[in-house]
Amino acid sequence: MQRLKQTTSRIYDWLELRLQLEAPIKDAALHPVPRDTASWWYVFGSAAFTLLFLQIFTGILLALVYVPSAGEAWSSLNVLNHQIPLGWFLRALHGWGSNFMVAIVFIHMAQVFLFGSYKFPRELTWIVGVFLLLMTLGMAFTGQVLRFDQDAYWGLGIGASIASRVPFIGGGLVHLLLGGPIIAGATLSRFFAFHVFVIPGLMLLFVFVHVWMVLKLGINEWPMPGRLVQRATYLDDYKRLTHEDGIPFIPGAFWKDLVFSGAILAAVAVCAFVFGPYGPSGQPDPSIIQTVPKPDFSFLWIYTVLSYLPPEMETPFILIAPLLAIAGLLALPFFAAEGEKSWHRRPVAVLTVSTIAVCWGVLTHLGTTTPWSPHMSAWSSDPIPVHHLQSATPLVRQGAVVFQAKQCRNCHSIGGAGGERGPALDDVATRMTIDQMRFKVVTGGGNMPAYGKNLSPAEIEGLVSFLETLHPANEPPAYDASRRAVDGEQPPANSAPQPNPPASGNSGR
Amino acid sequence: MSNEENRPSMPSSQNLTAPVAGGSANDPRIVSRRWLLFKASIALNGIVGVVLAVPILRYFFAPWRKDASFNSWVSLGAASAFPAGETRLAFYKSPSANSWDGQTDNVACYVRSESANQFSVFAINCAHLGCPVRWFPQSQLFMCPCHGGVYYADGSRASGPPERGLFTYDWKIASGELLIDAGQMPTLSNSAKLVKISAAQGDCSCSG
Repeated sequence: MQRLKQTTSRIYDWLELRLQLEAPIKDAALHPVPRDTASWWYVFGSAAFTLLFLQIFTGILLALVYVPSAGEAWSSLNVLNHQIPLGWFLRALHGWGSNFMVAIVFIHMAQVFLFGSYKFPRELTWIVGVFLLLMTLGMAFTGQVLRFDQDAYWGLGIGASIASRVPFIGGGLVHLLLGGPIIAGATLSRFFAFHVFVIPGLMLLFVFVHVWMVLKLGINEWPMPGRLVQRATYLDDYKRLTHEDGIPFIPGAFWKDLVFSGAILAAVAVCAFVFGPYGPSGQPDPSIIQTVPKPDFSFLWIYTVLSYLPPEMETPFILIAPLLAIAGLLALPFFAAEGEKSWHRRPVAVLTVSTIAVCWGVLTHLGTTTPWSPHMSAWSSDPIPVHHLQSATPLVRQGAVVFQAKQCRNCHSIGGAGGERGPALDDVATRMTIDQMRFKVVTGGGNMPAYGKNLSPAEIEGLVSFLETLHPANEPPAYDASRRAVDGEQPPANSAPQPNPPASGNSGR
Repeated sequence: MSNEENRPSMPSSQNLTAPVAGGSANDPRIVSRRWLLFKASIALNGIVGVVLAVPILRYFFAPWRKDASFNSWVSLGAASAFPAGETRLAFYKSPSANSWDGQTDNVACYVRSESANQFSVFAINCAHLGCPVRWFPQSQLFMCPCHGGVYYADGSRASGPPERGLFTYDWKIASGELLIDAGQMPTLSNSAKLVKISAAQGDCSCSG
């Protein structure tokens, strides 16, 4: 035992004489940090660091099998999923690690923003962090492309379409992005190079600089309301804080980082085990058009934004908003390098973060349900509820057939089934008179195509007859007063008029 | 060589400020030999860098070519295979295909035969963001699964976020075959100028 100790010590000394790492490592490990920063709020940066290395480690393991060729990538992913023992688990770890990393990086950013950490002298730490955030998102997008399936293929199509909107150089940018005129072998090769070499290399460099500055400048102290940052005094104040009331980084603050990183790794592993790997979905064959492409979770909010923006605002928004956002983030520490750090006295900061968080949540939720997309198979798969057709006249039944056969159902739901692009039609007759419905069907409007050329007069007559029956049993359909005068009819009684009495109700049954 | 020259000079940058025999340190005529060699070595590397950058940039920007250089006439099969009055899905192999492209160079398009030997050929890609539109012959509409863009049978915009109608290919008939001028993914940057933007149909959604 004694000899073993001696040998170990000799080896250590031999290495230390050459490497001379003991002093800097001790400095880093034992440097004093403010007592308050040994907090659970300060664990996100180290968790992001841990996840980066999980991604590098699992990424290298996946690269042992993955073939970065447009012709073979999809097959090699299926081999990983189904033939290599636990290949599915490694893919799942990498995929879920990516989700967690994007989430943790955003949380880390929100936390340091609310704690005023970007203020003097940590401006550059924040700026390097902004680039790390962009690179994390870049990794998420290029990683989605490497899972070379239908979603990856059409996601690239969306990327190319966005690039094509850049004035003057859009065409060249598309070719540069795709490595040629179409999404093909060259596209996957270059995304592989970016995902595996370029971005991770830059990330390691930036992470080194980021952590270096955290060690050299010290971790941001817990913000106290009223304790203002001033360039002239801050460094001395901080030094006093750490030396008079500080604790060594290890173990004082570090044990919480370790616990949280371990918990995050465990959470990634549990998600990977329970939910499994992402895809691959269908093969990346552009001649298979029966597909509903969707981006990965991190980018669903963009997918939503692109569906709700008015067409004329889309190009300016896509091209300018990201630049403004990035410029704003980069400029932030220069506009607000001094002053109040505490969120108790920075209502605008708190409102900004909470507004962005709520918007992101709502947009992402909408991105998962995509109410703006037609349900491509609703017309052939969702039947008309039977009670609408019982005892209906032949004309109304014919109208129901038109309603199904002409894909109205892809955008309009009845009985909770069908698309949500247009309004649900369960009680459309209470909202529109038969003339208004006829006009709407023929001329379209808003998000509805005009069907005037695509339907015969007989079909239109059947269709509006059917639509007129869509109202609750106890609620009369809308009726145009002027039409009443023309027809010379008596005004309808207070009880529900029944143009097609037996078929008129859906709520009373 | 230059390293050996530089190393001893590193800590002695005050040499420049120290009095040197025959003149003051600020005399612009005095140039230390070590600093001259150091600057010369930087300049040498700068020149080599510029010389290397030219081919590297040329290589990197190789895909940045004129649109026309990617296109060529490709066949969609016999023109008689497309019945008049109908819209059919057709496929072609990308003219720039490589053997490692797998299935990605099987490109689809829609051929609408208006009458004998009169065609419109539409790209599969939605003019909004490039998703594959689907043709519904019953309602004579193209619908996009991504953001709900809809087009009429003639390719003009019907509703939804697209700003314009479907992209079209130029076509011609040679030896009874329908040929289209194709080769690159249609986007707003390369196909927009080929088609007249049709007026949006319908009115504002808030007025109805």
